[in-house]
Amino acid sequence: MSKNWQVLLGLVVVLALITAACGGSEGSANEELGEGGDEEGAGGEGGELSGSIEVDGSSTVAPLTDAIAEEYAVEQSNVTVNVGVSGTGGGFERFCAGETDISDASRPIKDEEAEICADAGVEYVELRVGTDALTMVTTPETDWVDCLTTEEVTKIFGEEDAATTWSEVNPEFPDEPLEVFAPGTDSGTYDFMVEDVLGLEGSRQDFNASEDDNIIAQGVIGTPGSWGFFGFAYFQESADQLKALEYDAGDGCVAPSVESAQDDSYQMTRPLFIYVQQEALERPEVEGFVTYYLDTVPSLIDEVGYIGVPDEDLEAAKSDLQEAIDG
Amino acid sequence: MAVSTPRRTVHDTLAGLERGRRRKLKERAFATVLFTLTAVAILVLALLVVDIVLDGFTRINVDFLTRYASRTAENTGIRAGLTGTLSLMVLTALVAFPVGVGAAIYLEEFAPDNRFTRLMEANISNLAGVPSVVYGLLGVAVFVYALNLGRSLLAGALTLALLILPVIIVAGRESIRAVPLAIRDGGLALGATPWQVSYRQILPSALPGMLTGTILALSRAIGETAPILVVGAVFSRRADNEPWYFMEAFAALPVQIYNFVSRPQEGFKIDAASAGILVLMAVLLIMNSAAIVARNRFSRRY
Repeated sequence: MSKNWQVLLGLVVVLALITAACGGSEGSANEELGEGGDEEGAGGEGGELSGSIEVDGSSTVAPLTDAIAEEYAVEQSNVTVNVGVSGTGGGFERFCAGETDISDASRPIKDEEAEICADAGVEYVELRVGTDALTMVTTPETDWVDCLTTEEVTKIFGEEDAATTWSEVNPEFPDEPLEVFAPGTDSGTYDFMVEDVLGLEGSRQDFNASEDDNIIAQGVIGTPGSWGFFGFAYFQESADQLKALEYDAGDGCVAPSVESAQDDSYQMTRPLFIYVQQEALERPEVEGFVTYYLDTVPSLIDEVGYIGVPDEDLEAAKSDLQEAIDG
Repeated sequence: MAVSTPRRTVHDTLAGLERGRRRKLKERAFATVLFTLTAVAILVLALLVVDIVLDGFTRINVDFLTRYASRTAENTGIRAGLTGTLSLMVLTALVAFPVGVGAAIYLEEFAPDNRFTRLMEANISNLAGVPSVVYGLLGVAVFVYALNLGRSLLAGALTLALLILPVIIVAGRESIRAVPLAIRDGGLALGATPWQVSYRQILPSALPGMLTGTILALSRAIGETAPILVVGAVFSRRADNEPWYFMEAFAALPVQIYNFVSRPQEGFKIDAASAGILVLMAVLLIMNSAAIVARNRFSRRY
């Protein structure tokens, strides 16, 4: 009996040891020295900062923030950046409740959200960090279409008279069946397409919806003559199996690319932001991280699959940040 | 009569044989159907496992286990998720085991048989079937906000503990009921108090069953994504979770796998995700083997 208890105790100890061994102490940032941290560390260079930074928001921006956090961890190993993915709206909810220091967003903050922030006394600075080019795709065999106008996209994805064949989209197209794959109604990508690109209230209901862009890509690849859209990065990964469509917003057909997204000629783009809480910027680790974010984002953004903002916009963001830091 | 009897007997015997043969044939057909169904189930499972092993096995190495996540698929690792999940399991077990076992002993040994007890019993059985995301929502409302624990490791562990409590209680009661009545009566007859009987006789005898139940319940909790995602497991972090720093934000293996799967690059969504799933399965298998070892090691025979 007592022997049995010893074995049981042993099991618990072993489990605890495994956790501890995996946990290795050197990498963790458990000591929360943030508030009392040295003022001299504020520049972010050389000084050892510590503490943890809470980030939440858009799942589109999260991989970018995460990539920056990865590099920042090399310089400041005692700063832990926790990145959540509650979605842009969910992120702002937490941000305005003062739960997070930084909010990732794939659209500007809405007026009603800004109001909630203001009521709670949360001040913030908005920083544009990148661009996501939404890309319409079809299969390479779909040779009758290379470019779609806003009107045509409305016929494909709009609520009224949703086309079931390509000839309904444009009489010049053949009478081939049209199947639509798109992000689900909960995603910011869907909202952006319906509200900002097409200027509609809702979309057709009979499309194949998925919150996972990989599944949309698979669906389009497997269905000849289908149409879908998602972020540029997902197109790039399957560029050999998919055909990207040009978009004509009224000024002629433009193919999605880094250049066309940067000079605004490709108009199916959405901005990516981070919102930083003013008060959090007083903490040296937050100031250091956000400064580092803007400094490194041009060199990392390609790898993550997004498009960098033009230099002058980045400079503007930097000066906005400096202003906020100086308070 | 005497003449006809053997004829009839022969006839009957032949008919009986025929019937027997037909019955046997039916039996064999039924067995074949059952075998096919089992084979289909196992085959699908095997295909799934083989597919994941083929995709993920070569990706598993020491670096994968000891590195934090990276933006490049080749350098990424699951350290944060692994330490998070192990810490979650330790805390969950520490909370759920005593509470679950206590509740089981109370309900089996001490609770009066009245309406309140029956209501509780019915509720516990029902709770075992509640979808896990509901526990997540409860966790957010109660632990994160009402108790003000924030989106911490402890809030996650308490939510998971809540999720598996019904399973532990039910398993605990089963194993208490399996203790022979003679042991209980014998103890009481010798003048032991109900408390002494519970503590010295019932508990040790029922312990292996309870341990098995708890570990199997934990193996269910380990793969749960929805509740901890709702409670606030982070998408990524570059720090370890340790059970004793329970107020920190936490990562978890299932959430990390979800992170991998959602990325566009093959290296993430196929290789790293499969490797992550394999690690999760390995942890699960280790826990299940521990359950078997515990059962064999502690079991008493009467």
